[in-house]
Amino acid sequence: MQNFIKTYMINIKGLHKSYQMGSNSLHVLKGIDFEVKEGELVAIMGSSGSGKSTLLNIIGMLDNYDKGSYELDNVVIKNMDETKAANYRNKFLGFIFQSFNLINYKTALENVILPLYYQGVDRKTREAKALKYLDDVGLKNWATHMPNELSGGQKQRVAVARAMVAEPKVLLADELTGALDSKTSKEVMDLIQKINEKGKTILVVTHEEDIARMCKRIVRLKDGVIVEDKKITQKKAL
Amino acid sequence: MFNRDRWFEILETIKNNKLRTFLAGFTVALGILIFIVLFGFGNGLENTLKEYFKDDKFNTIFISGGRTSKPFGGYESNRRIELTNEDMQEISEKFDFFIEGITPRVTISSEVGYKLKSNNYTIRGVGPHHQYNEMTIMMFGRYLNELDIMNKEKNIVIGRLVKQDLFGDEKAIGKYLTGGGRSWKVVGVFQDDTGDNEERTIYAPYTTMQKILKNTDEVDQIILSYNESIGYDGALELEKKLKAFLKNKKKIDPSDPRGIRLRSASKDLKENQDFSDALAYIILLVGIGTLLAGVIGISNIMVFVVKERTKEFGIRKAVGASPKSIIAMVLQEAIFITTISGYFGLFVGVGILSSLGDTLEKDYYITDPYVDLNTAVTATIMLIIFGAIAGYIPARRASKIKPIEALNDK
Repeated sequence: MQNFIKTYMINIKGLHKSYQMGSNSLHVLKGIDFEVKEGELVAIMGSSGSGKSTLLNIIGMLDNYDKGSYELDNVVIKNMDETKAANYRNKFLGFIFQSFNLINYKTALENVILPLYYQGVDRKTREAKALKYLDDVGLKNWATHMPNELSGGQKQRVAVARAMVAEPKVLLADELTGALDSKTSKEVMDLIQKINEKGKTILVVTHEEDIARMCKRIVRLKDGVIVEDKKITQKKAL
Repeated sequence: MFNRDRWFEILETIKNNKLRTFLAGFTVALGILIFIVLFGFGNGLENTLKEYFKDDKFNTIFISGGRTSKPFGGYESNRRIELTNEDMQEISEKFDFFIEGITPRVTISSEVGYKLKSNNYTIRGVGPHHQYNEMTIMMFGRYLNELDIMNKEKNIVIGRLVKQDLFGDEKAIGKYLTGGGRSWKVVGVFQDDTGDNEERTIYAPYTTMQKILKNTDEVDQIILSYNESIGYDGALELEKKLKAFLKNKKKIDPSDPRGIRLRSASKDLKENQDFSDALAYIILLVGIGTLLAGVIGISNIMVFVVKERTKEFGIRKAVGASPKSIIAMVLQEAIFITTISGYFGLFVGVGILSSLGDTLEKDYYITDPYVDLNTAVTATIMLIIFGAIAGYIPARRASKIKPIEALNDK
């Protein structure tokens, strides 16, 4: 039994979430059962309003849930205070966003350093480490450039490096190719696939079918429930 | 607070957001600057006011005799009342508890000369305490003392201008002046802030004056100073008692408004005090108003700054910043900027005040404008604290925003 549980990186059972909108209650997630094993690359799909963003927020410890259970790497995530949540986010999770969300007055390197700064890593170590991760995404020579001097694809690669630098257990990508053209999208997805091949667990929220096909498993949400959950044959990005 | 990394992060942020830093700093610096300058001007006005009233000591009562207007105790009206040494002595004994010092004044005008030069001067026969009443400042030598009075010495103290008229650059102390057919030894030279009239006066022992000039014990005026601690009300009471005592002694109708004349500065003092207080309130109000404007200014900027940085906070939270660290960052940055610019404003303000000096005295009645350091520093610290509070409220709200919401571009 112990062994069985250990194999799940994310383990969600009977998850419910509703939002209070004035006097109305909006039931967004209506009983989600969802497990992700270590090393999986999962696409979460659904139209807007399907609950996929809410699910991602809960997995990312950015939101609480009402009913059910959620374990991340066998740690029960429930009713955490903000400081503890921030600590867990920093250790367990890396985020990649549609709009890159780099701090525009910091260089590429400084942006990558940020998670390490909040971990309290000393200056020399974090600089060396950040530079290594920038190198991994092929941007070592752009380390001192400001975000506005980088292309969209480069920005997203900086964001990937930033998500990776704290060595999280799970990468959460929210529409990470939404702002990129198809060629750049493929390059970024190639990077994601390579990271996944090294064993990292990755969740990709997307509404693009061909991005989803580059993952190994597709989970479809509709009206707050999972309507489909299937393993697929991964399509190489490049 | 002394985390080197956090300071580095903050300095980095400041360096990369110059406009924002400048706006916040400028508001604080300007607020403090205006506060210091206005407050300084207010103090300058108060100084001018004090200057106007500094001629004589406030706690002084002048008593002189007049003519009665009512018959009383067998005497006709229109009787001339003369004050004497004995009256002074009795007042001194009876009101000893209230009185700080007492002196008579006998005034004549006479031709006084030295060698070939001579002039007409006011000569006052007084006691040692007169120096205090007139706030006479000695330049050379000494003032009259009790020995001069007792021995009826022909020692005199002359004003600065008397010395200038008669002696020029020559030393005056120890020289003899002639007046009324006698020689008078100069023992002191004084100056007085009141002006030329006072400095053309010669002081002699009143006993000597009484003996050789009139051979009476009459005095023109009795001047006394009372203990300041009795206050305004105490002074009025003392005046009333003095008047009653003298009227009784001189057999004047108690209801006679004439006969004994009392002049004191206590009423002036009271009015001056009230005016001074009012001015102080106005200055305080202006100061608080300026500070308030500064606080509102820095609050606006903090709200703007936090709003502008909401997305950045979202990013920081997503990569592991706790709400506390976000608030601490905002506060530390705000306090850092307001402190530096606050003290910058303070020094510029103080610099302006001291460079103005007395240039505004003639046209604007502002003398020596200043702000004492305590007030200035307190004001600066207050602005820093309020700036921090003004930053804390929006920062706390921003720190609670869910990263996903903050990062939503929609």
